[in-house]
Amino acid sequence: MTIPPTTDTVRDPDLLDRPLDTDAAGPVAPEKKSFSLGRLLAWVVTGLIMLVTLFPFYWMVRTAFSNGSTLAANPGSLLPVNFTWGAFQRVLGLSSIEDARAQGGSGASIDFWLALRNSVIISLVITVGQTLFSAMAAYAFSRLVWPGRDLVFGLFLAALMVPPIFTSLPNFLLIKNLGLINTLPGIILPFLFMTPFAVFFLRQFFLGLSREVEEAAKIDGASNVRIFFKLIVPMSSAPITTLAILTFIASWNEYLWPLLVARDASAQPLTLALGIFRSQTPGGSPDWAGLMAMTLLAALPIILLFVAFGRRVVNSIQFSGIK
Amino acid sequence: MSATAAPTTQTKTAPVKPRRSLGDLKIALLFIAPALLGFCVFFVWPTIRGIYLSFTNFDGSNRTPGWVGLANYKQMLSDPVLGKSLLATLEYVVINIVVQTILAILIAVLMQRVAKSTLARGILLLPYFIANVIVALVWFWMLDPNLGIVNDLIEKVGLDGQSWFGNGSLVIPTIALINVWRYMGYTALLIFAGLQTIPSSVYEAASLDGAGELKQFFTITLPLLRPVLVLVLITSVVGSFQVFDTVAVTTRGGPANASNVIQYYIVDQAFNRSHFGYGAAISVLLFVILIVVALVQFKVLRGRESDLA
Repeated sequence: MTIPPTTDTVRDPDLLDRPLDTDAAGPVAPEKKSFSLGRLLAWVVTGLIMLVTLFPFYWMVRTAFSNGSTLAANPGSLLPVNFTWGAFQRVLGLSSIEDARAQGGSGASIDFWLALRNSVIISLVITVGQTLFSAMAAYAFSRLVWPGRDLVFGLFLAALMVPPIFTSLPNFLLIKNLGLINTLPGIILPFLFMTPFAVFFLRQFFLGLSREVEEAAKIDGASNVRIFFKLIVPMSSAPITTLAILTFIASWNEYLWPLLVARDASAQPLTLALGIFRSQTPGGSPDWAGLMAMTLLAALPIILLFVAFGRRVVNSIQFSGIK
Repeated sequence: MSATAAPTTQTKTAPVKPRRSLGDLKIALLFIAPALLGFCVFFVWPTIRGIYLSFTNFDGSNRTPGWVGLANYKQMLSDPVLGKSLLATLEYVVINIVVQTILAILIAVLMQRVAKSTLARGILLLPYFIANVIVALVWFWMLDPNLGIVNDLIEKVGLDGQSWFGNGSLVIPTIALINVWRYMGYTALLIFAGLQTIPSSVYEAASLDGAGELKQFFTITLPLLRPVLVLVLITSVVGSFQVFDTVAVTTRGGPANASNVIQYYIVDQAFNRSHFGYGAAISVLLFVILIVVALVQFKVLRGRESDLA
């Protein structure tokens, strides 16, 4: 393996503040680089990796706009086969059974809007609850002084070691005993109050906040509740937003827990509805166009969220990884 | 559970002036109450209950679980499917981790050299944020033996297309590589962040001493990356032992249990076969494996030490 020669020894302190639209195709500091075979190779390999990363997304779009019944005629076509919106109409329940069958659909229907509604409710409620309650706990762990604080925080951190499947079986029994199987609260409750990671993540930021403003507010007679909501939360809006985005994405993508709790379509989020859509189509000739249209629709909110907040999320990943 | 609920209600109903020695205890309890409630009900209690259930013959019904002592653990010793499941999981973990780590280090070094923009990082991170289910379905389609683009390309080159999920010896490598695709950018980003912390002066000194590119990589970069690599390896190994979604969406453990990884086996035993107690016992085994793996990795890689310090 050839490794390109070191010309780039410049470290970039502004790295984290680089805007998202920085040109990925051009060298970061071109004036310092001279052309060499090694650099060319490095660019080729980088390009290949980007291609491999992005191609499945393209293939999802390409298939979603294809006509399912003629897909087999040209499996290698880089463009959609007989371009049509039919697959989306099928998924959204907008086409008649005859039309759906004609385009390779099963004719069976799936309530996309119900699954979407469930996903939105589950993700939003978990995001708001988990972020708020974790922030409150992080405040108690970082800005308040009380006996047993470090012990309790240590216990929270230890819970990071427990694999989710381990708590899933008994939690399922608990939710069952509470009569919440096949309900949205049953899916939401275990994630609503906290995750050890969320508490840890916010505590790190709260520890770094200046004491002075807080002291001044205390002298003015502000209560802790007021200080938390009027000072700490606004001062930490960036990490709190980041955590909220990460929590939303994680809840949107969760599969195992809804699979256990929501056996009935009425409470199933999109991740589960996708599986049902797949199983509805005949095993020999699945409705690939419809399935890809549905995966695209299910991934779209996350892709949009990522486009909107990508830079913040990218930077936070590095923070959480290095800490 | 009741122990945690008590102080919670107390603080809410009777706000008493805090005594000096207790500091902000009352107000702290108010702030921590929801998180503590969630922690005790959905983390601590199920952990205790899970260990208890592993000593019972509970079938998931409303019947009271019967205590069977170590019977579930003895059963594990003579369960051929569990043995196969552990081997499949191990194969998955090894392929996934080795390929992912090598690729991630390569990507991180390439990012450092040629593409460190946020856009490049964002693209690499995108698969990490897409649901496992969606990733699994898209690859299931791309790897379809008849119409999939992968076999189409392979056949154009003149080789034979494969039944990626239907072939017992290909299925685990296939699932492992799908998840490499999903996680390699994320791992690369963590390693890239670690690369940023290595001072350039170290490289400059090595260059002056005449150390070549490869030598610098193995004598400077890799050793100084060790703390980051330990963290990345522990998280990825612990994570990949728990592979579930991809299997559940694509093969459901088949063909012939070839992809019946341990977490899938636990869910299968507990929920499809109503062997709840046995499922709980296997999840205890998984828990123990994960703790041992983390401890061993930490010892072997001496994670606390950095050569920079």
